[in-house]
Amino acid sequence: MARHVHSGRCLSKSACLGVHLLIVVCLAAVAPFAAAAREKDEHFGLPEVKFINEQVAAGWSDAKLKPAEPASDQEWCRRVHLDIIGRVPTVRELDDYVADSSPAKRANLVGRLLGDDYIDEYARNWADVWTTVLVGRSLENDNVNRSGMRQWLRRSFSKNVPYDRFVSDLVTATGVNKAGEKGFNGATNFLSGKLEDNGIQATAKTAQVFLGLQVQCTQCHNHPFNKGKQNQFWEFNAFFRQVRALRQFEGTRDVQAIELVDEDWAGEGGNASQAELYYELRNGQMKVAYPVFIDGTTVDSTGYLPAKMDDGTEYGVNRRQALAQLIVDSPLMPKAAVNRIWSHFFGYGFTRPIDDLGEHNAPSHPELLDGLGERFRGQSFDTKELIRWITLSHAYSLSSRIGKGNAADDPAVGEKPKFSHFYLRQMRPEELYQSLLTATEADQAEEKGEKAARKKDEWLSQFIIAFGTDEGDEATTFNGSIPQVLMMFNGDLVKTATGTGKGGFLDRVAASDMTNAQRIDSLYAAALARKPTRKEIKLANQMMVARKGDAISALQDIWWAVLNSNEFIINH
Amino acid sequence: MSASSRFIDGMSRRHFMSHVAGAAALAAPATAFTNSILANAADLKKRHKAAILLWMGGGPSTMDIWDLKPGAATGGPFKPISTSADGIQICEHMPLMAQQMHHMSLVRSMSTREADHMRGRYYMHTGYVPNPNVEHPSYGAVIAHELADQVPDLEIPPFVSVGSGSVGPGFLGMSWAPFVVDSNGNVRNLDMGIDPTRLSQRLEMLSAIEEKFIGEKRGASSDDHAKVLSKTVKLMTSDQMESFKVMKEPKDVQDRYGNTGFGRGCLMARRLVEQGVPFVEVDLGGWDNHADIFKTLSDNKLPELDKAMAALVSDLAERGLLDDTAIIWMGEFSRTPNINGNGGRDHWARSWSVAVGGAGFKRGVVVGETSSDGKEVVTEPYSAQDLMASVLKSLDISLETTFTAKNGRPMKIANAGKVIKELFA
Repeated sequence: MARHVHSGRCLSKSACLGVHLLIVVCLAAVAPFAAAAREKDEHFGLPEVKFINEQVAAGWSDAKLKPAEPASDQEWCRRVHLDIIGRVPTVRELDDYVADSSPAKRANLVGRLLGDDYIDEYARNWADVWTTVLVGRSLENDNVNRSGMRQWLRRSFSKNVPYDRFVSDLVTATGVNKAGEKGFNGATNFLSGKLEDNGIQATAKTAQVFLGLQVQCTQCHNHPFNKGKQNQFWEFNAFFRQVRALRQFEGTRDVQAIELVDEDWAGEGGNASQAELYYELRNGQMKVAYPVFIDGTTVDSTGYLPAKMDDGTEYGVNRRQALAQLIVDSPLMPKAAVNRIWSHFFGYGFTRPIDDLGEHNAPSHPELLDGLGERFRGQSFDTKELIRWITLSHAYSLSSRIGKGNAADDPAVGEKPKFSHFYLRQMRPEELYQSLLTATEADQAEEKGEKAARKKDEWLSQFIIAFGTDEGDEATTFNGSIPQVLMMFNGDLVKTATGTGKGGFLDRVAASDMTNAQRIDSLYAAALARKPTRKEIKLANQMMVARKGDAISALQDIWWAVLNSNEFIINH
Repeated sequence: MSASSRFIDGMSRRHFMSHVAGAAALAAPATAFTNSILANAADLKKRHKAAILLWMGGGPSTMDIWDLKPGAATGGPFKPISTSADGIQICEHMPLMAQQMHHMSLVRSMSTREADHMRGRYYMHTGYVPNPNVEHPSYGAVIAHELADQVPDLEIPPFVSVGSGSVGPGFLGMSWAPFVVDSNGNVRNLDMGIDPTRLSQRLEMLSAIEEKFIGEKRGASSDDHAKVLSKTVKLMTSDQMESFKVMKEPKDVQDRYGNTGFGRGCLMARRLVEQGVPFVEVDLGGWDNHADIFKTLSDNKLPELDKAMAALVSDLAERGLLDDTAIIWMGEFSRTPNINGNGGRDHWARSWSVAVGGAGFKRGVVVGETSSDGKEVVTEPYSAQDLMASVLKSLDISLETTFTAKNGRPMKIANAGKVIKELFA
């Protein structure tokens, strides 16, 4: 219990006093209960956390690994802010957390980050994450309205829509993809750009994102090394044949908006009550396909949408709605979700890649993956609960410093992850952008919502390389290579963050009544969530001397160095 | 004002370096650079090997370019024409390349299995099929890694990718990552706009933070970050950045390459190779022609390709660079011999062609043959790794080279591909 307080170092004068007082109080009051509290502390009374801890620990003992030391309070606080709300903590948030002496301080912080206080930031972060998953980062695709996609996602996450409904809304969406238009439904953007060529991309992406199945190769042939069969691809594809993308043009050329509608489909054979499609085998032979789910469940092959006949009998099937139900009922859906969200927090999922759960690709922790999937379903697919379990797990609390007992656990070299220490990973560009705004307190002045998001898109576009293939493949140079470093060295975003203009961040730090030492401390806290070392203080003081008392220029140099460091950009 | 001249104004390069030398971790390459200038000043024009990969993203239909099947049902409308190489015919829409074919050779017997864009792109770039547990280095990373020692005076990255970014360095580490530029040679954010003394003080502060974090042993990405930082510093202060500026070429030279992204990219490749860069990749996308392929090729893709590639080959030959510079033309796969209902061709990896030339390659020969409908390779089939091994051999890079992947597993260079013997005298 007292461990929390000792490991914390004071980051500001005011918080410091508070901490010392609290130490006294805590030691006096809680010591007799420390053992019981620690016991409970390990899983915060949550059986799901206990389950994760036991499963991960079993992996450690199998592999003869010793988990790393716990991360410091500051490290953990930084990490959980970055992962849940997509930015580093403010100095205030950091101080508050370090000063908190409650045994449940971690649970409390997670609760706050998942609660009402942070609802906009939570929604913004997860909308960013899912925009990339669902439509990529490229701005080039005319058939996708990113802004509409993001608005819909933000709303879903701020309402914490259960994951099954989230999936179902995306798969079945009808309406107009652009905000402000009549009949707007931003969820349509997931499919609006994937329906060309009979919905091949819609088929591949739906299977990949929501079921963790890689079917794109089976479009043309049976999969060379897994069980995927060509007929399965086209039977899955048959679910997307009733949907039409109607383009609304602005003038004659530019697509203004796209409306997704479901229509009766006559099938390629022209018989709507048996609406079939044809595909070609490698040997040229043509085969027929009807809607069949990957587990073999068949759906009535009618192409008619649900309707009533004059005598009141109902007929017809909405194929996308049938598909959504089959996806939601599939055991693969919660596994794919858990795997994706776990990898968001740990840098690695249970399989690589995370959206390939095929039988050929054995997961690192099969029981944990299955069990978490079942518990996620049992909790009515409450994404925030899943996040709570993961972030309160023992594994998530470990230091990224590699010790003797866990050096062998290195997924970067191709080993299956054992989560015995926290794996370093670079911030996503969206996290970096938001963190720079936060660290410079520029987020207060920043536009909110969609305006801010578009500005971020524009900045991001410098890193995006679109390959121009039908699949919309893309890559990013925000990958630790030279263009990224040049952006951090000299780019406008960092120039603004390190600007010395009146009323800016550095100006306010320089104008405050802090001593120079306190000013340097606050820069370190804002960016790195720690105090400077003696060597760093010495260098900072040299900088002050070199700038001949021009404090703000010296602070600018120090701030530039801090923001450019590995420690800043790497989530650790 | 360019970054380099700003730094040099009022302060000699040496003086600048002595400032930078204060920054321990970042200074090592800078000092090494200064030393190498002193040592190699007399020998700057030493010959070095290099390779240029012309990457045709999307999968070009090679039976409409290098291996025509006139008269076959699958053959399409294009006619073959004779070339400067005895017995080699290529597409009528490649008239300028037809005059350069004595410098090039064709392999018409490529046969691979990856017909998905991303998988094919990875496979053709690395010689390995994608594997979730290990990332393999691409051509550029391997060749830069093997040849960088030949150009100790090189201050700009040894692996430059013009356009779509190539494939990464895999287990060789981020310091061998492609340096991605657009075809105008613009490098963003090159200028810090502060004096060198102040920059060096900033770097000293930065290197203290970097070193502390590295010292805490949290994993390799913290070291990689520091390595890339030092490469960036080197580049920011280098006069060699001039070689990216294609617009400095005389107008008639620019015109010869064509006023297109690919044209400028090829011209930049020549300039970079002259500067000493061991590997340049230039991308030309737009080959994913599922519909209306023939009009796209004849009106658009082939003229752009023909002009730039012919100018590059002839320029390298005239300047005496071709004997040391390998040229590789390929995409991730080719396109179906059968023409689909939209007048296009779909993905096809079973039988296709690549073009190579320069360096140690035999010129003006055709290797292998496909069936009369183009659907089968009827001679010995060659793989991505065979092609890669051949390119490495043309550059005198030893095929006995073995890398150690991060997990300690030995990885033979080019996935132990077999050299395509007919490409060598």
